[in-house]
Amino acid sequence: MFISLNWISDFVDLSGLDKVALIHQFSLSTAEVENEIFYKGSDISGVVVGEIKSVEEHPESKKLHLLKVDCGEAELADVVCGAPNVRVGMKTAFAKLGAQVGEITIAPRALAGYTSNGMCCSAKELGLSDDNSGIMDITEDVANGTDLKQLYEIDDIIFEVDNKSLTNRPDLWGHYGIAREFATLAGRPLKPMETVDLSKYDNLPKIDMKIEDPLCQRYSCLQVANIKKNVSPMNMRIRLFYCGMRGINLLADLTNYLMLEMGQPMHAFDSRKVEKIRIKRFDKPFVFQTLDGVDRNIDENTLMICNDNTPVAIAGIMGGLDSEIVEDTTELTLESATFDASSVRKSTVRLAHRTDASARYEKSLDPEMTVPAIARFVKLLTDIDSEAEVISSLTDEYAFRYPDVTLEFDKAFVDRYTGIEIANDTIVKTLSALGFGVILNDDWFKVVVPSWRATKDVTIKADIIEEITRIYGYDNFDVHTAVAPLYPVRVAAAKSVEEKMKDILVKRFSLHELHSYVWAYSDEYKKLGIEVEDNIKLLNSTNPNIETIRKSIIPTQFCQIKTNTGYAPDFGIFEIGRVVNGVDENNLCAESKKLAITLFSKTKSLEQLYFELRDMIAVLAADIRHQNLSYQKMEATHSYQHPKNLNAIVCDGEVIGEMGVAHPTVSKKIDKKAAVVYAEIDMAAFTAVSKERIAYEEPSKYPSVEVDLSFVVDRFEPIGKAIEAANSKLIKKVFVTDTYEDENGKSITVRLIFSQNDRTLTREEVMAVADSIIETLKAQGINLKQL
Amino acid sequence: MNEKISELRNQFEAELRSVQNDTELENMRVAYLGKKGSITAILKDMGKLSDEERRALGQEVNVLKDEAAEKLAAKKEEFARLELEKEINAAPEIDISMPPTLERGSYHPITLVQRQCEAVFKSMGFAVEDYSEVVTDYECFEALNIPKYHPARDMQDTYYLENGQLLKSHTSAAQNAIYKKYKKALVEDGVPIKAIFPGRCFRNEATDACHENTFFQMEGVMVDKNISISNLIFFMKTMLSGVFNRDIKVRLRPGFFPFVEPGFELDINCEICGGAGCPSCKHSGWLELCPCGMIHPEVLKAGGIDPEEYTGFAFGLGLTRLAMMKYGIKDIRDLNGGSLASMSQFTEDE
Repeated sequence: MFISLNWISDFVDLSGLDKVALIHQFSLSTAEVENEIFYKGSDISGVVVGEIKSVEEHPESKKLHLLKVDCGEAELADVVCGAPNVRVGMKTAFAKLGAQVGEITIAPRALAGYTSNGMCCSAKELGLSDDNSGIMDITEDVANGTDLKQLYEIDDIIFEVDNKSLTNRPDLWGHYGIAREFATLAGRPLKPMETVDLSKYDNLPKIDMKIEDPLCQRYSCLQVANIKKNVSPMNMRIRLFYCGMRGINLLADLTNYLMLEMGQPMHAFDSRKVEKIRIKRFDKPFVFQTLDGVDRNIDENTLMICNDNTPVAIAGIMGGLDSEIVEDTTELTLESATFDASSVRKSTVRLAHRTDASARYEKSLDPEMTVPAIARFVKLLTDIDSEAEVISSLTDEYAFRYPDVTLEFDKAFVDRYTGIEIANDTIVKTLSALGFGVILNDDWFKVVVPSWRATKDVTIKADIIEEITRIYGYDNFDVHTAVAPLYPVRVAAAKSVEEKMKDILVKRFSLHELHSYVWAYSDEYKKLGIEVEDNIKLLNSTNPNIETIRKSIIPTQFCQIKTNTGYAPDFGIFEIGRVVNGVDENNLCAESKKLAITLFSKTKSLEQLYFELRDMIAVLAADIRHQNLSYQKMEATHSYQHPKNLNAIVCDGEVIGEMGVAHPTVSKKIDKKAAVVYAEIDMAAFTAVSKERIAYEEPSKYPSVEVDLSFVVDRFEPIGKAIEAANSKLIKKVFVTDTYEDENGKSITVRLIFSQNDRTLTREEVMAVADSIIETLKAQGINLKQL
Repeated sequence: MNEKISELRNQFEAELRSVQNDTELENMRVAYLGKKGSITAILKDMGKLSDEERRALGQEVNVLKDEAAEKLAAKKEEFARLELEKEINAAPEIDISMPPTLERGSYHPITLVQRQCEAVFKSMGFAVEDYSEVVTDYECFEALNIPKYHPARDMQDTYYLENGQLLKSHTSAAQNAIYKKYKKALVEDGVPIKAIFPGRCFRNEATDACHENTFFQMEGVMVDKNISISNLIFFMKTMLSGVFNRDIKVRLRPGFFPFVEPGFELDINCEICGGAGCPSCKHSGWLELCPCGMIHPEVLKAGGIDPEEYTGFAFGLGLTRLAMMKYGIKDIRDLNGGSLASMSQFTEDE
């Protein structure tokens, strides 16, 4: 919203003050002001009232005229002018030689064979309007040569307040409310608004008007006739233009002016079309044409202003085309009303049509404003057009009143909330300047909130704190730390697990942490042949590609791998992120946090890569939880999983996640020759695994005994189980030293290391253990390799 | 006899000079000093000599023996030294000028910035909390004093889910749960609530270089008996100075957020121009950084905390924005774009 400092000055005397500093202070104390401040008129000088004394056609140009202009100097100026509206006796804006008009400095200029000593200006050229249809037609009776800046308010300082920062301040949607803030900040009085006393029309007939719907809070109206003037005064048009609106005609300009001045939207109907005003909703939807000529679908929730049963306006949003003021309108009905804010808001959203009026109504306007707005309107109208006549009494129905808000608190409350000392006097002065009623009795404040702040804005004591402190100025605060008892900080286990995992994966295994989105990327999945599995969906996604929430991070990672295949021949990525698996019994999303890892390699075998991944996870479990992992075969249930190479990861008896090889179809689409393996660990399950303590064991001082056994077998698993079954405390370490494949099949050589802390082991007791392992395997048909 | 000894000595020395390697040296040792060696053999003819002569000869032979042994040892050592020299000379010189093939992993820039912020807050006694991404309407709005159809809901285009839940549009959605979690310790033991909760937020909007539908924030709250606006300004200034690693100037302006009263927009002085005004701060000298305020009494109440007895402040830092500022990331989409060409550059946990 653009604010004119001239307009503000109508209500508060700003003379002698640094106006820019004041605007800055407003930004720090009230609402955000955009950085750019516009100094209107600063690029205009030497423009005066000039009278056209003669007009001659240019001999060679149809467009140009040769004028003689009286600009209050001894000699008439010869001017070449291209405007179509020139006529003898017309007074216009004349830029003399040496004048400044925007970026142009006026100098004698040759135009089609004649010299022009000055320029007649349009309002647009002077930045006063967007009207460029002709040069200005000045109707005021002023002497030729009068500086235009004396005649009109051309010099002004305009600043823009960020509308978003006014969301909660319905009172600041007009200049008068802003002026109240300036008056408070400047410590100067706010002048009362000049109005007419409407009670003098009390003997005139009432308008037939009735509120038939609780969504209308107040409806005030008045009929006016005999309006002779059609054009609003230049100063009014300049203000409207500076504040971002276009001058239209007197009545439209006046309603706009009132809205920008008081924040109260108004509407003027042709009285013939609103003989019986009813405010209501309709049972059935219908189409309604608004004054911008657009057909709009009105539903049963939209509040309408009606002439009996014929809708004439969408309440709080826009009038209808049919009831608009037209050329032969002689009597008009002026509406000044308030409507339920959220109803206007919802209608605006439904109609997808936001107007200057609805933007204000949405903020919960003060119903106390409707009548003063009419009184102000009549004042402005009769000042401009003395023949205009009020022909009805004020007709006003006040259906909904906001409760009065009175707040009480003591000085200690203010001290505690602010943490600084603000004197009682300062508090009283500040609140009074802002229009609050304040009674102070022995450190006890009783504050009555003014109606314009009581519609929703100020309702609790903390709101009063804001009023006091923002005017006091946050820059003036003495700041200090809080005094509180000391307690140790609780570190969540899950958090420290997460951070350790990231460190291990980045520092030890050189993986890259990437982020991805929480929904399935359906287009990208499709390219890899991954099915988007049914899961909870977003209701209002505008993009069908991001509709379904993901159940696993892995397909997302495959998409990421696909886009990065050119990055390096070998790399791995990880993410700790969230997935949702449907809803639980309370219809709440079953959300969980996962660690996902995907490795890609063009140089390693699939088996090598898979072991690398397995060992990474083993390191995570060993480093963070001091636990060993085991693996189980798993049934594939998702389109991206390899049907055969898929394992559940088990830690301390619980499944904590899965690891597997990418399904060949997916893998081939990523890269025909590369190996792709993945793992996904449930963070909650991992964190829940108890942390094993380090059980320190004194190293044996006696020599250890090594025994190598080679078995003819495909997999290590039975050997591992047989060693476990031997259950010997003498075995300290087991590792595979060799795997060998010949015509007799695959064989695996394990080395067992035996030792005992208190003595040297004998060959016999060691062999007894080894023999039991051999026997166990033999019973399963697994024999020692014959050398 | 003496001639014989001196002849043997000469012979030994001549032979020693021509020895080429360890094997020859060992053969020589056996030939001279072995049981059947030539030096020992001299003594065998001693029977013909007088006792005195025998003693003298014995002595001389022993001198020769010691001398020979010593020389042999010296020679052996020389051979070892030569061997080592040969090995060293033969060793290839490693080409240190070869380019390094350092393989480094990387953290997501959000992780790095988040860790820096967490470190500052932890040092001031704040607990770090984690919160879900899917939340209820109550958590995200109602409990934060944002009733249905409140204009404030306009500011945030929220992603709603089929079951009526939503993707949290701000980290404030965790406030209610945090209050409920810690209120017992606050009320019964007088432990102030001091917590930060970083998390991912979602807004339903079209993405471009400056807009993302998925981004990170970090919320912080402190609640105790006498927390004031003065404390809020102090903590914000102190904590932000820690986060930015410089002495930050802060400026508060009124800002409207339904869950705080009073609410503020906090600006920090622009580091790039030092406050003189530049394109980064839109020539104002200040950068709008984070909304904050005194926790609204209704919000405390919803969390089970009596606002007549306790007050508190809350703030929300845009972690994504911080990361972009810190690393000069110009396109916000790079953060979720998953390109290793850009993300692999963030190798160091500062």
